[in-house]
Amino acid sequence: MADGIMTLTDATFDEGVGGADAPVLVDFWAEWCGPCKMIAPVLEDIAKEHAGKLQIAKLNVDDNPNIARRYDVMSIPTLLLFTDGEVKKRLVGAKGKAQLLEELSEFIT
Amino acid sequence: METREVIIVGSGPAGLTAAIYTARANLHPLVIEGIGAGGQLMLTTDVENYPGFVDGILGPELMAQFREQAVRFGAEFVTADADRVDFSSDPKRVWVHGTEYAAHTIIISTGAQARMLGLDSERKLLGHGVSTCATCDGFFFRGQEIAVIGGGDSAVEEATFLTRFADKVTLVHRRKELRASKIMQDRAFANPKVEFRWNSKVESVTGDGSVTGLVLRDVETDDTSELPVSGVFVAIGHDPNTKLFVDQIDLDEDGYVITVPGTTQTSVPGVFAGGDVQDKTFRQAVTAAGSGCVAALEAERYLEALGDQRSGSQISGG
Repeated sequence: MADGIMTLTDATFDEGVGGADAPVLVDFWAEWCGPCKMIAPVLEDIAKEHAGKLQIAKLNVDDNPNIARRYDVMSIPTLLLFTDGEVKKRLVGAKGKAQLLEELSEFIT
Repeated sequence: METREVIIVGSGPAGLTAAIYTARANLHPLVIEGIGAGGQLMLTTDVENYPGFVDGILGPELMAQFREQAVRFGAEFVTADADRVDFSSDPKRVWVHGTEYAAHTIIISTGAQARMLGLDSERKLLGHGVSTCATCDGFFFRGQEIAVIGGGDSAVEEATFLTRFADKVTLVHRRKELRASKIMQDRAFANPKVEFRWNSKVESVTGDGSVTGLVLRDVETDDTSELPVSGVFVAIGHDPNTKLFVDQIDLDEDGYVITVPGTTQTSVPGVFAGGDVQDKTFRQAVTAAGSGCVAALEAERYLEALGDQRSGSQISGG
């Protein structure tokens, strides 16, 4: 769990997301996706600044297609915000830090 | 607040080339690289026509190398979008999330971004089968039938690229011939997985929750028909990213920055523009890099002249 970011797989997803105390923001990404690379440093920043209040997690869709399919992820980057294991917010495409924090404000308390 | 020599807004080939040149000239550039850092090449795969790379190079990799080269000479970066500028007096000012930066010269290289069809159904299904990034999302359409909208280089290139994943790719184009370059056309025509729907305009994207098809109108007969697809990739051109500069510098009717022919000078002295933000004709990585270089050299000369003026007035004032 480097820098407070959780790595999820098809096998660990349910436990990782369901077992978290804080809301979990899952970044669906892949190596070949340029915009995914653009938002990676933004998510690292948010993970550091909101440690304990918001858990950032990453799921590689290339290696873990089942979870991506379960949540109908058809475009990356897609960010899904989970509380108590349920999707509460869906964000598609690269966004800046300020815009992301605004979209997530109700979940970071 | 510190007044810098130069601020570069945007970080594609133009912005990063300007950063390399101004950094090597000891002008300590600040690059507002934005959330779209790296620009349109970040959405591409193989770049086969950038000189110096015999076997081609991946777009994102090329941009990573540009950036590293700028960092090596001391360029500084802010990874966020600028949200306001004021070029009405010297120094010129740029705001990023409430932080103000000032400089004697500005280089605008904010590029362009993919245009959408502008349909409600398209907006609603974005991320649910509608995509503007073939390299990002092609993977999700393995074994499926999809459509690409457009007839230029990017549309034809995307259609060919997407056949790696999809069983069938239908290129939907408003006209009866393509605008794309000959080599791209030949590749698409030779590809058995690519089909063409000519003279067809997209009326709507159908689907509830995810895409199920397109309603197309034949522009000659006015008949409508349905094309069942599970994915739609929109590649109908680009619009310049110039909202930030409206009322600050002169833009043309399409929103592109107007520069003095043969230069990168905008309507405001000390403000220069390079790359796709001022080029609706060529729009190549190498032409963008070239005009980024010109912008850097012109900014350097402007600063020299400004320095001479200042030292001149000090002498006469003393």
